[in-house]
Amino acid sequence: MRGGGLWQLGQSLTRRLAQTNKKVATRRCFASEADLKKTVLYDFHVANGAKMVPFAGWSMPIQYKDSIMDSTVNCRENGSLFDVSHMCGLSLKGKDCIPFLEKLVVGDIAGLAPGTGTLSVFTNEKGGTIDDTVVTKVKDDHIYLVVNAGCRDKDLAHIEEHMKSFKSKGGDVSWHIHDERSLLALQGPLAAPVLQHLTKEDLRKIYFGEFRILDINGCPCYLTRTGYTGEDGFEISVPSEYAVDLAKAILEKSEGKVRLTGLGARDSLRLEAGLCLYGNDLEQHITPVEAGLTWAIGKRRRAEGGFLGAEVILKQIAEGPPTRRVGFFSAGPPARSHSEIKNKKGETIGEITSGGFSPCLKKNIAMGYVKSGNHKAGTKVNILVRGKSYEGVVTKMPFVPTKYYKPS
Amino acid sequence: MALRLLASRAASQLRLAVFPRGFATVINELKYTDSHEWVKVEGNSATIGITDHAQDHLGDVVYVELPEEGATVTQGSAFGAVESVKATSDVNSPVSGKVTQVNSELNNSPALINASPYENGWIIKVEMSNAGELKSLMDAGQYTKFCEEEDAKH
Repeated sequence: MRGGGLWQLGQSLTRRLAQTNKKVATRRCFASEADLKKTVLYDFHVANGAKMVPFAGWSMPIQYKDSIMDSTVNCRENGSLFDVSHMCGLSLKGKDCIPFLEKLVVGDIAGLAPGTGTLSVFTNEKGGTIDDTVVTKVKDDHIYLVVNAGCRDKDLAHIEEHMKSFKSKGGDVSWHIHDERSLLALQGPLAAPVLQHLTKEDLRKIYFGEFRILDINGCPCYLTRTGYTGEDGFEISVPSEYAVDLAKAILEKSEGKVRLTGLGARDSLRLEAGLCLYGNDLEQHITPVEAGLTWAIGKRRRAEGGFLGAEVILKQIAEGPPTRRVGFFSAGPPARSHSEIKNKKGETIGEITSGGFSPCLKKNIAMGYVKSGNHKAGTKVNILVRGKSYEGVVTKMPFVPTKYYKPS
Repeated sequence: MALRLLASRAASQLRLAVFPRGFATVINELKYTDSHEWVKVEGNSATIGITDHAQDHLGDVVYVELPEEGATVTQGSAFGAVESVKATSDVNSPVSGKVTQVNSELNNSPALINASPYENGWIIKVEMSNAGELKSLMDAGQYTKFCEEEDAKH
């Protein structure tokens, strides 16, 4: 869900090195340090040995003293603490906030039990995705959602435009953008045991997708049992003035086993979990059906429509989409975004949208879109990386089994 | 190796960091390019790899694209690539000549480049066609200074 095309950026820039003057490229492509936004944990990251990089207009840690590979493996063996305050949290309030949001997202928000959330997507008139988001119904007149940092301006403008027209027709909805709060993600097998030390609430009763407002380390937080790694874990929205103390408390309680983890490992983890990255695997022209997110379109919504692009999406559900997102294993160098996928006859059938070397599986993994018909697991393909063809095979995702905390 | 942009960015972030990651090793007997390759000369044979500075900026190496034995290499041109979790970088040859050996160990253990950039992580051996080209390379002292200046610039 989260983030922007960091790897795409790094990859395309590296490839352009041969043609571009080094100094010009550096100045042109990167915002100066003064322009980048900083989360309240910036100094904390630097003090802990972080390598900071520009990301979606923010200065964010890409890694700390340990390597991206070690960091990724540690998340699944112990746990990771991420600063994801660059993402945008907002609340929609008012008695009509649910019908309002349902015009813009594909999920069955009305059908959510209070205190539960789900992954959803904002769609445009053509059925393409504007952004993906975790939407939580706090109660019938309060929805809490988190959107990608890279899509913040676009999403907020989109919501605001629709809110104006909705209100002009008498609808009761208002919003609050939580710039006063910071977001931490605590993921891995130690997430719950460590967090339990810091809260009186019994975390065993909070299942995957559920939301609570409760005290953690003495401060009022929004807690969602969710994440972007495939592991059990939580996203904790905390008032910014308490964020550093909370991060310190979590790390201390874990006796060093939970490590501060950066965006580099975050990308490896989400790829291993088969999760989309907006800007790579989801784009304005890709529908949720093509992306394999039909499950996010509630049953009632499939029957009723009523969201932007419903006509296109419902048609794809009925007839099957023309392309589908699938996973790949491949030989040779890791397949990266925009690598061409060909069938065994040499015909182009699609494109990789994300790829890399899996630190946990120790092999190349990738995801991309192929023309329907080529999407079955086991389909053999060729993937072009830097002009050379390598063998690949379609595989189911997630690549690494997920460990979401669900009732047995 | 053409790390330039990614290394520059990583380097610029290092400058922001209060705790820098420490000094990279530079070996006295070797010669160096401004794209962070090293060359060890024994008679007419040149062994080539990437420097400690380069592997440190790259991060975990996950794949190495090697040339064929017998291939021709040209000073300053790419003969292969090194791929890390973050991105891919071309490796340029410090000298011109013919590839006599490639380190096929790197197919199974690309991380040798991180662990031992000057020894077990060697990439190719070349029979030089023009030993005079070595004069245009940097020695250890010049390369160390070059790295310091590059890191400080961004």
